[in-house]
Amino acid sequence: MPSRPLSPHLSVYKFKYTLTTSILNRLTGVALSFALLLLSYWLMSVAGGTLAQQRAQRLLALPLMKCIYGALLFAFCYHLCAGIRHLVWDSGHGLERAQSRRSAWLIVIASVLMTLALGHALLHAGHTP
Amino acid sequence: MSLSSPLRAVLGAGAARSGVHHWWLQRLTSLALVPLTIWFVVSLVALPALDHATVSAWLAQSWTALLLILLLLIGAWHSQLGLQVIIEDYVHGAGAKWLLLVLTRFAHVLIAAAAVFAVLKVTLRGAA
Repeated sequence: MPSRPLSPHLSVYKFKYTLTTSILNRLTGVALSFALLLLSYWLMSVAGGTLAQQRAQRLLALPLMKCIYGALLFAFCYHLCAGIRHLVWDSGHGLERAQSRRSAWLIVIASVLMTLALGHALLHAGHTP
Repeated sequence: MSLSSPLRAVLGAGAARSGVHHWWLQRLTSLALVPLTIWFVVSLVALPALDHATVSAWLAQSWTALLLILLLLIGAWHSQLGLQVIIEDYVHGAGAKWLLLVLTRFAHVLIAAAAVFAVLKVTLRGAA
């Protein structure tokens, strides 16, 4: 087994938008699986009563967690945009090279703008944990 | 347009033995998650505070509980399908792959069940 070449051969690929948008979709997907874990932890702490939630809140309000929320917010925005792009592809549209390159830029720009807008709204809501 | 080959129609399965079942489920769950996740993020931003009283009152509303349970179940399902593909692609040892796939499934069922139970606990306490 070790003597046989195994895919994926990540090092042989040149940097391309196709590769980047695809792997970013996977990475943000994994990040969102972690977000699901955090969400479950938070909901369980709420169900556990006032004290349990205050205890969890101390952990969830750490400065490090704010960076994680920012990253997760971007992960959500990107995965949503890239997911919609995939659904459009699955319907048989937008598969031409020029269209695909355009939609790659579109989802990157849209997800960055969405992250900034939602981040701004969250900060102004004044309740970021 | 059907993406299935005539052979698949006869045998009921493609080379992967399960045809497009996994692919189709991933698409269906992603379609459902588009409105659900947008609803969740917008609701979270709109909440005046995240203290216990505010969040409990929010969860006690029937619509919140219903949509949140749907989000948790479909989200966990979609997450399991996605991680499964990643493990199948990048983990090469047959034993390690099997173990990781089983652990991922167990973890997702556990997390989804615990989170749904938590939502029900808060909602039903509010209703009682």
